[in-house]
Amino acid sequence: MTNIFSFEVLSGVLRTMIALSTPFLFAALGETFSQLSGVVNLGVDGIMLLAGFFAFYAVLLTGNVWLGLLLAMFIGLLMGLIMSLVSVTLKAQQGISGIGLQIFGLGMSSLLFKVLVGTVKTVSGFAPIKIPLLGDIPFFGPILFRNNFLVYAAFLLVPVSWWILEKTTLGLKIKAVGQNPAAADSVGINVNRIRYFSVCLGAILAGVAGAALSISVANLFQDNLTAGQGFIAVALVYFGGWSPIGVLGGALLFSFATSAQLWLQVLGIQVPASLAVMLPYILTIIVLTISVNRGKQPAALNKQFFRGEN
Amino acid sequence: MKSNRIFVAFLLLAVVASTAFAVGDKEAGATGAAKPLRIAVVMPSATTDLAFSQSMWSALLKIQAEMGGPSKLELKYSENMFNVPDAASALRDYASQGFDIVIGHGSQYGSSIREIAPDFPTTVFAWGTDVNTFGLPNVYAYTAAAEQGGYVNGVLAALLTKTGKIGVTGPVEVGDAKTYIIGFVNGVTATDARITISKTWTGSFSDVALMTAAAKTHIASGAGALTGSSQSVVGSIGAAKEAGNVLWFGTQADQAPLASGLVVASQVYDWTGMIKDIIANQKSGKLGGDAYVLTLANGGLKIAYNPSYTIPAAVKAKAEAAIQAIKSGAIKAMP
Repeated sequence: MTNIFSFEVLSGVLRTMIALSTPFLFAALGETFSQLSGVVNLGVDGIMLLAGFFAFYAVLLTGNVWLGLLLAMFIGLLMGLIMSLVSVTLKAQQGISGIGLQIFGLGMSSLLFKVLVGTVKTVSGFAPIKIPLLGDIPFFGPILFRNNFLVYAAFLLVPVSWWILEKTTLGLKIKAVGQNPAAADSVGINVNRIRYFSVCLGAILAGVAGAALSISVANLFQDNLTAGQGFIAVALVYFGGWSPIGVLGGALLFSFATSAQLWLQVLGIQVPASLAVMLPYILTIIVLTISVNRGKQPAALNKQFFRGEN
Repeated sequence: MKSNRIFVAFLLLAVVASTAFAVGDKEAGATGAAKPLRIAVVMPSATTDLAFSQSMWSALLKIQAEMGGPSKLELKYSENMFNVPDAASALRDYASQGFDIVIGHGSQYGSSIREIAPDFPTTVFAWGTDVNTFGLPNVYAYTAAAEQGGYVNGVLAALLTKTGKIGVTGPVEVGDAKTYIIGFVNGVTATDARITISKTWTGSFSDVALMTAAAKTHIASGAGALTGSSQSVVGSIGAAKEAGNVLWFGTQADQAPLASGLVVASQVYDWTGMIKDIIANQKSGKLGGDAYVLTLANGGLKIAYNPSYTIPAAVKAKAEAAIQAIKSGAIKAMP
């Protein structure tokens, strides 16, 4: 039996962790922007599905992964505009509109898949890019520097998101709108515009997350490809305390646990398979329970803004 | 008011779209003057899943063509019925609509069939994979001796893997997914006991992304051949294709179209004989009570070699010998 603590196994666990965390990072970072502006978008999973389908379909027809990615972002934007229209302009209850969006994405992606593709097919997704010199570093090279574009982009998005939220006026406005929209409005910030921007940005990133699944991780599309990953991404935002760094930690922890349980099984470690499958969820619940994030929650989260009434 | 109307319209749109996913009804309908035989089937995944659901839908379409088309045999299906209460509603609806034969194609539908069948005593119900007819006169049960094809695939995998390691990607350790893998492991070890076999269970029949990750984990640990069961194994096949040099052994349906150069062989479930028998019984007034088991011997299980993959003659001969031995009873795939 291979030694579980060998470099070979540890490297394998970490490589799988990096790959698995990519869709979570895009979706959860996007949802962080949305929630910090005060809008909970539970439609992330549906956006991932519809955008994931279109990314796959574009690559199937043209072989161009960049076109697939762009199409996924565009679909994300459209879904974000729908969510914004319903929950920001029309002031509908955010949870219900998000669920509506999720069901729409699930159904529409399934319908389009059946009509346009018909059966399961595979495509050639984003190919790995080895970063010169860094990719040759022993142990860390293969884990960190031999991934595809979307993996690099997902991890780069973490510091970029942090910088936008913590160091720019835009980030300040997003957080102000999420904390106290009336006060933000009184100093001239257009609350609806900021919320539209944040929700659409989140939806575009959810679209990229869908593309990461269909043209990077699995390189195919099937009904309900996400298997609920969009909802896990929403949970990761709470887990991460509405901070990009926290979201990164949550995504890595969940993916590490998933990767570790797969490796435990492959190595023949005598752990019941059903227990191994539960490991990521058990670990997440434990950490979620012991980490207290209530104080960091945007005060106006899940609340409609009525100008002059709040 | 305008806002509310738009919101309601949005929700309605979502519900319509969800119906397209959850039900996916399709009628291979009938317009002839004579009343056709009507069969409805409820399935957990899509009719195009290259696995369990497709095996049943393909058999029904084949029988429809043999009988003379939709004017003789009307078919209707509900796919993606992972949610058992939804499936139970669909089964009851089909029975209420007067379908002659209603099939619950999933082992999770047993309790629903048991509850619904007594309310429609003139309707034939069939369900699987299981052998329990609940003592009801209008219920058939069916299953596949998946371990048999699993054994043959195991023989092939043991002879063809170049790394001495084989990975197995399973969904949940139940039903034919479990027995297929038991047979596969027995086939490998009987052929070459030195080969290392690793198994993973994802805990889901539908999580393609996790199945992909499981397959990639096997490949990273040195597996030269992979197999697995359930509709989510398309992810495993995709991972094998991406690796480029990892062989795949399929089950339930012919999976060669997904990776023509890497799929060596597939165990194919052929339900046509069983369904024809149920139809013939229905016409003679026998509505249930039997349990069918697909085997290599009765032709319900077939090994489909991929014509795009050249199997060395000596290897194929050993696979054929295993098939004959299983048929004759000389080899027990799952002792």
